[in-house]
Amino acid sequence: MFAQSEDQQVFESTSARFVESQYPAERVRALARAEAVFEAPLWREAAALGWTTLLVPESAGGGSLSGNGLADLLIVASLFGRHAAPGPLFGTNLVARALGTWGSADQQAGPLAEILAGDAVAAWGHRSACTATRSSTGVVVSGRVRSVESAADARYVLVSVDEPEGRSHVLVPLAAPGVALTPLKGVDQTRRFWDVTLDGVTLPGAAWVGAMGAAAEHDDELLDVASVLALGEMAGALHRAFAMTLDWVANRYSFGRPLNSYQEIKHRMADLRTQVEAAEAVAARAASLVGSGSGSGSGSGSGRALASAGMAHVGRHGPEAIQDCIQLHGGIGVTNDCDLHLFLRRTVLDANLYGSPAEFARRLGRLVVAQGVAG
Amino acid sequence: MSSTADVPADVPVEEFAARARAWLAENMPPADPTAGHFFFTDTSSRSDDHDLVRIDTCRRLQRLLHDGGFAGICVAPEYGGQGLTPAHQAAFNRELRGFDHPIEIQASTFIPCMAVLLEFGTEEQKLRHIPPMLKGEAIWAQLLSEPSGGSDAAGALTTATRDGDQWILNGSKIWTTGAWYSDWAMCLARTNWEVEKHRGLTVFALPLRTPGLEIHRIELLNGSVEFCQEFLTDVVVDDRDRIGDVDGGWTVMTRWLHHERTISGGSPYVTSTGRSHNAPNDGPRLAAVARELGTVDDPRALEIIGEARALTLVSDALVSSVTRKMQTGELPFHAAAMSRLFSGTSQVRKAALALELTGADGVMWEPGDDQRAGVGQSWLVRQAACIGGGTTEMARNVIAERLLGMPREARRDDGAFRDVPKGPR
Repeated sequence: MFAQSEDQQVFESTSARFVESQYPAERVRALARAEAVFEAPLWREAAALGWTTLLVPESAGGGSLSGNGLADLLIVASLFGRHAAPGPLFGTNLVARALGTWGSADQQAGPLAEILAGDAVAAWGHRSACTATRSSTGVVVSGRVRSVESAADARYVLVSVDEPEGRSHVLVPLAAPGVALTPLKGVDQTRRFWDVTLDGVTLPGAAWVGAMGAAAEHDDELLDVASVLALGEMAGALHRAFAMTLDWVANRYSFGRPLNSYQEIKHRMADLRTQVEAAEAVAARAASLVGSGSGSGSGSGSGRALASAGMAHVGRHGPEAIQDCIQLHGGIGVTNDCDLHLFLRRTVLDANLYGSPAEFARRLGRLVVAQGVAG
Repeated sequence: MSSTADVPADVPVEEFAARARAWLAENMPPADPTAGHFFFTDTSSRSDDHDLVRIDTCRRLQRLLHDGGFAGICVAPEYGGQGLTPAHQAAFNRELRGFDHPIEIQASTFIPCMAVLLEFGTEEQKLRHIPPMLKGEAIWAQLLSEPSGGSDAAGALTTATRDGDQWILNGSKIWTTGAWYSDWAMCLARTNWEVEKHRGLTVFALPLRTPGLEIHRIELLNGSVEFCQEFLTDVVVDDRDRIGDVDGGWTVMTRWLHHERTISGGSPYVTSTGRSHNAPNDGPRLAAVARELGTVDDPRALEIIGEARALTLVSDALVSSVTRKMQTGELPFHAAAMSRLFSGTSQVRKAALALELTGADGVMWEPGDDQRAGVGQSWLVRQAACIGGGTTEMARNVIAERLLGMPREARRDDGAFRDVPKGPR
């Protein structure tokens, strides 16, 4: 769907084969009820396919296919959406991006190398309310980080903390003393989240990531990247739900006619098809701009504007579109016997995990207002 | 001023763009960022004189482009064009940002009229009509829709009867943009009532100031009087002004409609930046309204401004993605209906968002407050965005039937057109 160059097409087909063989629908359904969804050997294989390196500069051990690693990674995110695949794709890549861009040499030689090899999984603690105090040996962090993906499987979580110099990032090993995890239940049964409590967690001074006081700006950048990944996953899930529904309305008969012969149904499918195209288009453009660090402000050349526009629009209309697919399926659509729910769950999670569609609309609105009349 | 009309077709796009950049900076006036837009997107406070001044400006700007060697970039040199490629036109359109340009005459003169002439016109017709178009001397209109029905173009009732080397036209056309200031028109007429409706149509070119042709203005809900209705009574057209074969009009029409739809993007014949920072009800305009009302920092105001901007950005992304996929063959040309549907419904939503932003201040305003008047007026007329240029219902049919392969709607008009029901009996 998102592959353009020949390299990207090869990457898409090898990645697609992996996802299809490891996560057929029956396996995803089984994992939904399983105690744990993460399998370390499988993640190492995934890393070998190149899923962990794309957002990291070559100098830090990474590398992209097209020169825009986010556009490359969008291909994998969309495959995850199409198959409702589990796996720590987002958090691991976001932390790799952070360490590759702002990390120290030691952090790149240590945690980042483990992440790139698929030996370690990481999480972005985007809902952090933590404070830090300096100690003689380093830093002591306390507080709560909500909605941390894969926390029980991850080795590291990137957390922003309030400290005297402002808001700064720190890399917390989840095995450190003082870290406690509370498992959460949620709408998506194959992406698992934990609330993480930090109670006087003592870290060395080398745990800071990036310049002191830069976390707000860096989190904003990571939010742009996370938005693109969520857009890719939503676009993939929408594509699949739409395809299932197109088949369904062709093969289901009512009053002696196929459902797809009713103009009402045809018009609904036309609306859905258009939303699928819109989701793909805005995901691709956002990836192209965010991944190349292009533009600022609210214009059509600004990565942040496109990422926010995508999340505001697809976040609102994507889950609604899949609910409409369910409506078109009738009764079977609201049961676990019909796989549509897998895509519904994934889409509504992505549409809200990093902020509601309304919050993304306000984020874009602030860019417009800041830019003034020139737009 | 030197002409570049003799530039070889293999001039590199980059080189062409650099020359365009320099030429534009020297010759083209800057765009007026506060200027309203023609057509139903702007409000009623303008006079005819104001519009005529702007149309004269368009003619002058078009002439400037022509003399500079930048008109008809994808049109062959023998018809006054540059003989270059769509990539050159796209590069020129990028360079055009920030400059005034004759945006109001791109549709209908260049698409669909010039595009149709290039495909179906005789050599004589092309030599006669295209150079004046490119020089800004001839503005064209489309005599297509009829009062009996807008979406069913093939159901035209306007009749052309042959009389030797001439045709006599009778009937009425409607929803003609700018017929009152245009010079020529392309007209669809019925030449055979005894065959299936698509097989009895013929296309003609005719001057708009000709005996028997009366032009009336139509007032829209926002006060715009841009649209016209024409009444044709024994209008005489030479057979040499027939475009395409007798009764072969639907073949022409298919391409006519295709070119008309490319106004949302992808035409090699349109000189336009393709975007407007001052579009009604887009985020920046709403931000200006909210500033005036002192609500710009309210969370709900920010949300409305952001949603409006998101619709514009997503719509732009959709249109350029669909255009690219149609060019590579990844999608059939019927996919343009998705661009039409999305831009129509998003304009309607933006009009609703604007009114939500203003509340009472959008339903009444002090005389001369164009900002607030624009909100109320564009809300009143907002459905035009889902009607004009083919309704969104038709677009949904095209997407469902042509793109998704769903069953076609039943028809009751497949016999001789004379026998097709045209109203309750």
